[in-house]
Amino acid sequence: MMELVDIFVRSVFIDNMVFAYFLGMCSYLAVSKDVKTAFGLGVAVCFVLTVTIPVNYLIDKYLLSPGALAWAGAWGEGLDLSFLTLIIFIAVIAAIVQLLEMVIEKISMPLYQALGIFLPLIAVNCAILGGSLFMQERHFPTVAHSFVYALGSGAGWLLAIVAFAAIRERLRYSNIPKPLQGNGIAYIITGLMGLGFMCFLGI
Amino acid sequence: MKKYLGPLNKENPVLVQVLGVCSALAVTAQLKPAVVMALSVTVVCALSNLIISLIRNTIPPRVRIIVQLLVVSFFVVMVDMFLQAFVYDVSKMLSVFVGLIITNCIVMGRLEAFALSHKPLPSLVDGLMNGLGYGLVLVVVGTLRELFGRGTLWNIRIMPQAFYEAGYLDNGLMILPPMALILVGSLIWILNRNPKNAK
Repeated sequence: MMELVDIFVRSVFIDNMVFAYFLGMCSYLAVSKDVKTAFGLGVAVCFVLTVTIPVNYLIDKYLLSPGALAWAGAWGEGLDLSFLTLIIFIAVIAAIVQLLEMVIEKISMPLYQALGIFLPLIAVNCAILGGSLFMQERHFPTVAHSFVYALGSGAGWLLAIVAFAAIRERLRYSNIPKPLQGNGIAYIITGLMGLGFMCFLGI
Repeated sequence: MKKYLGPLNKENPVLVQVLGVCSALAVTAQLKPAVVMALSVTVVCALSNLIISLIRNTIPPRVRIIVQLLVVSFFVVMVDMFLQAFVYDVSKMLSVFVGLIITNCIVMGRLEAFALSHKPLPSLVDGLMNGLGYGLVLVVVGTLRELFGRGTLWNIRIMPQAFYEAGYLDNGLMILPPMALILVGSLIWILNRNPKNAK
């Protein structure tokens, strides 16, 4: 149990997707103009992560990694399908995002309109594929570990984008040098937030 | 001609269009992985632009994202295997970021905005130029970070030993991830100071 809590805290604060690995920066910078939209996208990313990572974990464990097909009989023992990892992962992610898009359209029209073109783009959000690839690199013992990791990473991403959007809303009233307005200051703020998050390294 | 040179300066994918930022920041702690990454993205971007442009009239619009992802991931797997075979140490350093070229917004963005509506040859050049524009930022940031963070370039010592004896210290902050963001922010600042580039 302690181990799971440890994974969760680590993935929210220390290995934060945005500040430590710069994953999902494109939509992070583009959809952070106001807190409400940022929250919607954050929840969508969090949800997609918690669904795709465990699914990809199972696929990796029982189909792709070297010797994973041993359960299918003797012929599977020497098989190594790991070269298919990237293609299978991205296909799974694209399918799940398509599904999510249909569900959100049915349930909440305002959210669907607010997210606009960014919803299909979650499929090509590097945070999602990156999450699956980091999951593979960390060799979690059970599917529960990968689920907690996914939840933590998603929560970390949500936290980052909402905090950043809140800062940006305040920024509108401050006096920034002209050439630095817009993207320039956005990068620098993210950098400073990242420095702030580095102090969690000690936990 | 001018249209194709845009990505190197005024329409730089990283600095102006804010595309492909993720990998641009993560691999630039040293120069060598930055250069390898820049070349990989250029190759993937140019070739997948070419292929998508060749088959653009046969792709049904509804499934185009999946087709694009498959074409891109094919090239990324090729590049990944190539790197593992010939520059294994760099490939280890880049770890998941080679795989993440698939979701690099520059590649997808160029496929959507250019390759789907243009002939193969212009698409190839467009992909090449956008890859190089991306690479330019990577090399600049990578050079600054390695030079001031470690005093080396391409793992060769540049800062003379005498500096260290005189009390010079490497700036450890440069190697930390957040510094990449601040450097890119400053680059945007410099680029926007030129009134011709300002919006």
